[in-house]
Parts: sequence; structure tokens; C-alpha cells
Amino acid sequence: MKLGFTPTQEAFRRDAAAWLEAQLSGAFSDLRGVTGQMALLERRIEWEQALGRERFSAIGWPEQFGGRDATLGEQVIFAEEYARAGAPGRVGHMGIELAGPTLLAFGTDAQKQRFLLPIARGEEFWCQGYSEPNAGSDLANVRTHAALVDTPTGPRWQVNGQKIWTSLATFAHWAFVVCRTEPGTQGHKGLSYLLVPTQQPGVTIRPIRQMNGEAEFNETFFADALTDADNIVGAPGGGWAVAMGTLAFERGVSTLAQQMSFRNELDRLVAAAKANGAARDPGLRLRLADAYSGLRIMRYSALRMLSQTDGGELSGAAFTYKIYWATWRKKLGELIMDVLGPEGEIARGLPYEWAELQGVFFSSRSDTIYGGTNQIQRNLIAERALGLPREPRG
Amino acid sequence: MQFVFTEEQILIRDTAREFCNEHATSARVRAALAAPGGYEPALWSELLTMGWAGIAVPEAYGGSGLGWVELCLLQAEQGRRLVPSPFFATAALAAPLWLQVATAAQQAEWLPALVSGAHQFACAVTGAGGQPGATGLTATLTPHRAGGYRLTGAANYVIHGQTADSLLVAARAPGSTGDAGLSLVRVPADARGVTRTAQVMLDLTRPMSRVEFHAVDLPAEQVLGTAEAAGPALATVLQLARIALAAECVGGAEYVLEMTTDYARQRVQFGRPIGSFQAVKHRLADMMVAVEAAKSAAWYAACVAAESPAELPEAAAIAKSNCSDAFFNCAANGIQLHGGIGYTWDHDAHLYFKRARAAATLLGSPAWQREQLATLMGLGASAAPPVY
Ligand SMILES: Cc1cc2nc3c(=O)[nH]c(=O)nc-3n(C[C@H](O)[C@H](O)[C@H](O)COP(=O)(O)OP(=O)(O)OC[C@H]3O[C@@H](n4cnc5c(N)ncnc54)[C@H](O)[C@@H]3O)c2cc1C
Repeated sequence: MKLGFTPTQEAFRRDAAAWLEAQLSGAFSDLRGVTGQMALLERRIEWEQALGRERFSAIGWPEQFGGRDATLGEQVIFAEEYARAGAPGRVGHMGIELAGPTLLAFGTDAQKQRFLLPIARGEEFWCQGYSEPNAGSDLANVRTHAALVDTPTGPRWQVNGQKIWTSLATFAHWAFVVCRTEPGTQGHKGLSYLLVPTQQPGVTIRPIRQMNGEAEFNETFFADALTDADNIVGAPGGGWAVAMGTLAFERGVSTLAQQMSFRNELDRLVAAAKANGAARDPGLRLRLADAYSGLRIMRYSALRMLSQTDGGELSGAAFTYKIYWATWRKKLGELIMDVLGPEGEIARGLPYEWAELQGVFFSSRSDTIYGGTNQIQRNLIAERALGLPREPRG
Repeated sequence: MQFVFTEEQILIRDTAREFCNEHATSARVRAALAAPGGYEPALWSELLTMGWAGIAVPEAYGGSGLGWVELCLLQAEQGRRLVPSPFFATAALAAPLWLQVATAAQQAEWLPALVSGAHQFACAVTGAGGQPGATGLTATLTPHRAGGYRLTGAANYVIHGQTADSLLVAARAPGSTGDAGLSLVRVPADARGVTRTAQVMLDLTRPMSRVEFHAVDLPAEQVLGTAEAAGPALATVLQLARIALAAECVGGAEYVLEMTTDYARQRVQFGRPIGSFQAVKHRLADMMVAVEAAKSAAWYAACVAAESPAELPEAAAIAKSNCSDAFFNCAANGIQLHGGIGYTWDHDAHLYFKRARAAATLLGSPAWQREQLATLMGLGASAAPPVY
């Protein structure tokens, strides 16, 4: 076990920090500290492109695809410096963290050539087309279907059906879609993983207003939407394994960056608690300390998970990571309201504008739902990690 | 940066696990608990022969010269099987006290005997009232006669105090407070004026004594290092010990999770294994979440102990509070998920449950640890800090 970094890595840290600082006090000073998924979207897309030009967008990726072939240590360092600099949340995360790693693991050479650079350069954005009105936790129940049809330019997939809760779809160029390509199949079998362009007549996107008043997720309708025959990841009918692989990437290095944003939230809360006297309250200060512990433990767990490079079995740390951070943040949201007290009940203004910390109280309610609910996580841990009997299925 | 065990560390762990599985069986552990002194001398001498007591002691003094991660591995493995042995008192408390506080000459004189087990030490580092940290230390050390000292007062919660040959006692200069004015002295257990009383502990696996010092006269050479200057080193040693204790909790929690998962797979009710009911599955899953978080906290802290002392207070407070919480949570659920059998004396569930509770208290409760963290986080003073 070794926690420290090498001199080369520390030199990389200085370079990265210097670049981030220059950007965020120069051309991108308006983005320092910006959170939320879609605030200042146009500017944040420019930021993604600036990261891409400097190969800071996906540093762990191979150089030919816009990355730096960075080691784990360098990735840890970059995530730390990114947050320390107060750089904004990544609007490109669906591509950087889900689509890209999926293609790196399961894609053909041609697909990697076609898709990875535009992701790393912030030129093409992605969204995740998994959930449907009747397929949430039970993802294998998807009804969206596709078939190869002949077109003047050759055979193409024609997609029909409806997805829901599609985050960040309004500005995406592509969706990765789990759909049925073998009529009459059920469950995991007969599903395929298609890459579908979303800016075409066959795709309609309708925003859905969330409990925080914003509309980051959407309904996505496919009506004879088309995509090239080659735009399938994995074998036809073999999409389930790819879809599950994508979910595993949610436990990747990006978790470190996410933790850093949690850290900024906790720092804000600590400042508020000191300002209004809540920090002296014996009960609240112990909860604040506990929140800080949890944050540190997440970091240790992420390092443990990422250090396990054998790539085989998921480690215990990886199995338990999602429920741990989601539950932690939900508790943070509740603690925020206890610390803020009566003041916390008053919004900033019309139409429904809340302060950063109030926003955490809201958005943390979704953390234990998306990416596999807490209940589904417990089933997974119990069945896959502990070897307990599987759920009965109807 | 590699946060995984090295091959050598894995070997140490696996060897220790094999040994404990074979020798620290439930029957032998229970027999040891009932024996005088609360441990099995034959088992302890085997641990000594394997060099466990000196795992983190330099080779010059007969130790293995390894670090805190390796020590914590041994502690965790003993935690899994509740091995009742003076390992914690010897290797995780007394050895670092000698190393951090004593002069080189004193180390050369005493550490070889500690490592071989020829001389057993117990550490009186908790005051009579049981409050953790320097504030709770009330025994006083005053200069007495030519160059000598006189020790007066009491200490409590002295682990394996009854069987020790010498006590390492933390005592303060009269009128001093906090870390200031603290000394560490070696007191032969049979010195005139020392009375030791074995406590009947709720936790049967870690015997403790109350020790009183009625004007015990000590020559100057029995002061470890410099008199009245031991405060900071003592604080460091207590952090190290908290980390070892955290590792022990991880071992216990992990074992209870395994034991309970096995039971849930086997026990059938309503025609199904109870482990197929979601209420049971989800509890076990939550136990695993707690165990994995505890592992992260304990192993990170063990690394910090070896590599980055500045982080020690924070890492120790996080590890101690989270690991004892995880252990207690697992042990409590362990009883619940075993049903009636889990409430019996003959089932081991209660041994883990009681050890988890005692580990929470030892060297500062989870609330006390969190209060230390709150201070480290810069939250300022508490309106009412926890007492224990
Ligand atoms: C903010 C947000 C963003 C999202 N973004 C996306 C996105 O970009 N792309 C996308 O595809 N999806 C997205 N989702 C959808 C998300 O993945 C689903 O909401 C989630 O999988 C749960 O499905 P559901 O909503 O249908 O709930 P259901 O599956 O109907 O669950 C309802 C309740 O029943 C419980 N439950 C269900 N099955 C079981 C079981 N077997 N055992 C015990 N309890 C069970 C659940 O835990 C839950 O509490 C997003 C969701 C949110 C909230």
C-alpha cells in the first residue's frame, strides 16, 4: 500500500493546476464555481472544448482518441486539481464517463475512430436511452424496438418506441439506446445496444419538469428514427452485457471528480454553519463531522476500487460504492436543511429560484433513484457479492 | 499511488488467517476467556514465536521491522476470531510507547524482552474516570528525594493489566493540564504501593484492570525519555492504537457478516432460505456497505500511520468512529438475523456484540472521535462537547 505520488506526478499536478487557474481566472472566469447540470450551457460547452484542446477532457483515454494515457495517479491528481480550482461540473459527462468508456471496452475500431475524438473534444454530446415508462429498475422489460430496413444508402436500423428520464437530451447529438431487435424475445435476450443520432426528424424530445423546478431530463420518442447498420455495440441481440458494462463505468475515475464537487457542497455547508452558529450545536456538529468522515471514506474507497486493476471480478468496494455515496448525499441534503433552519425554507425568488445548498436538498433525492435505486443496489450486493438467493421474477 | 495490499502483505494476512482459523477455534477461545488472565498462554507463546509482538519493532530490537499496515493486518485477523491475547496491549500500545517516548538506551534495554514476551507490559493510559485523551489523566508524578519520583493516583481500563510484569503509566505534573506536563513511567507490577484489581468486563474478550498507585517511589531511570515531555508522543501512540483497534473492528465486522450470510443461506423458514427474503437480504447488504466503508477507513489510516503523520489525527478519528460503528451495526444485526439462537450464551454472536460495544468505548467513543474531527474541520468550540 502506498498513498504518495511520484515527483513526475507532482510535476503534472503543478502543470494541471496552473492551466486550470489561468483559464478560470481568465477566459472562463464566469464559470468558476458553477454547478447544476445545465446552467450557462453555451459557455460550458465552450469549456468542454477548451478542455478537449488541452487533452484534459478524458486524460485516461489513449492519446489517439484525445486523451493522455494518464495513469491512475495522474487521474486522481487531475480530479483533485479540477475541483480545487472550482472548475464547473462537466456537461459532457454522459459521453466522457458512459459512452466513451463503453466504446473503449466493447466498440469496434471503426466506432472508436468515429466517436471518441468528438467526445473528448466536446464536439458531440451524448445521452442515455435506457429507461422507459415500463422499464425502470426492470430494465430488461424495454419495449423500444429496432429492425434493419433497406434504405437508398444501404441497410439501417429503424427505431421505434419511447424512452423517459433521458437526462441532458436537449443538447445531445447521440443517444445510446437499449432496445429489442429480436421480435418475440423477452428479458435480457434479444436486446441490442444502438447508437442513435438524436437530431433527426424521427426523434422528439420533450422536457419534463423536476421537483427542483428545472427540466434536465426528458421524454424521448423514436418514430422510425434511423441509424447506420454499423452503429451497434456488441452483437445484435447481445446488448444486455454492454448495457451492464456501461453501468459499471459509473464507478470509474469520474467518481473522484464527483466527490470533489461533494466536497465543495460540504465546505459551503460548513461555512453556513459557522456563520449562523449551528456549528456550536453539539448534535449538528457531530453530523457535520460524520458527513466529513463519509466524504473522506468515499475517497479512500474510490482509491481502493481504482487501484484494483486486475479488471476481473468487481471488488467489494465497487459493489457498495453507489449506495454509499448516494445515501451520503441524501443525508447531506437533510443536514443542510437542519443547519439552515427557518432561513432554509425561503427560496431566493421567482419563479422558483433556490440557493445552491437548497438545490442539494432537492437533487440528492434523485441520487438514490437513478443509476439503480438503493433497493436495486441492495439486491445486487446481496445476490452478486454475498451469494444470497435471487429475487423471484414474475 | 497504489491503495492495495502488496503481495507480502497478502501473505502475512493469509498466514495469520490460516493460523487463527486452525488455532483460535470457538471452543479454545471460550476456554481461554474462562482461564485466569483471560487468554491462553500456549497460544500467546505461539504468536510470540511467529514474531507477532515485534511486527512493527525495528530489527535491531529483535522485531520484524515492518510497519503499521502489517500490524493492523494481524490485528484484523485476530479480530475475526476474537483471539484473546495480549497482542493489542503489547504490540499496538506498549511497543509504540517505547519507540516514541523512550531513549535509545531504554529501547535497547526493554524492547527485546517485549518482542520475545520475556517481559509483558500493560499500559495505564486512561484515567480513573475513563475519559479519553490527556484530559482524563489524573495520576500525578512528583519529584521525590534525590532525582527520584513519586507516583500517586489511579488509572483504569488497563488492558491485560493483571498479567503484566510492568505497567507503562501516564502521569502528570501536579497542576498541569492537557498534553503539558505528562510523563511516562515504567512501574514494576509488584512495586510497593501498586494495587491491581481485575474488573469484570461486559466484553469477555479483553480483560482490564483498575490500578492504584499509593505513593509509589520510582528511580529517575524509570521515566521513559524526558519527564513531563511525553504528551505529544503519547497522543501519537494513542492515535496509532485507535487505528489498530479500528482494524480489529473491521475483522470482527467482516467475520460477523460472513457468519450471518452463511446462516441466512442455510436457515429455512416458510419453505425458503431466510436469505431469500428482501428484509433479510437488504440488511445483509447494508452490513456489507458498512464493512467496505470501514475497510477503506481502517486501511487508509494504517497507510497514513506509515506514510504521512500530519494526517494521523484525522485519519484515526475517522477510522475509529466508523469501524466501531460498523462492527456494532453488524454484530447487532448478527444477533437479530440469527433469531433465538443468536440470543444464547453458547452462540458466539454475543461475544462479537459485546466486543463491538467495548471497542466503541475504548480510547474514545464515536461521538468523541467526531468531536475531535469537528475541531479539526475548523468548526470552533462546541456548546457541549461529549464527555467520553
Ligand atoms: C434525475 C434522474 C435522472 C435520470 N436520468 C436518466 C437517464 O439519463 N437515462 C435513463 O435511461 N434513465 C434515467 N433515469 C431513470 C432511472 O434510471 C430510473 O428512474 C430508475 O432506474 C428507477 O426506475 P423507475 O423510475 O421506473 O422506478 P421503479 O423501477 O418503478 O421503482 C419504484 C420503486 O420500487 C422499487 N423497486 C423496484 N424494483 C424493486 C425490487 N426488485 N426490489 C425492491 N424494490 C424495488 C424501487 O427501488 C423504487 O423505490 C433518471 C432518473 C432520475 C431521477
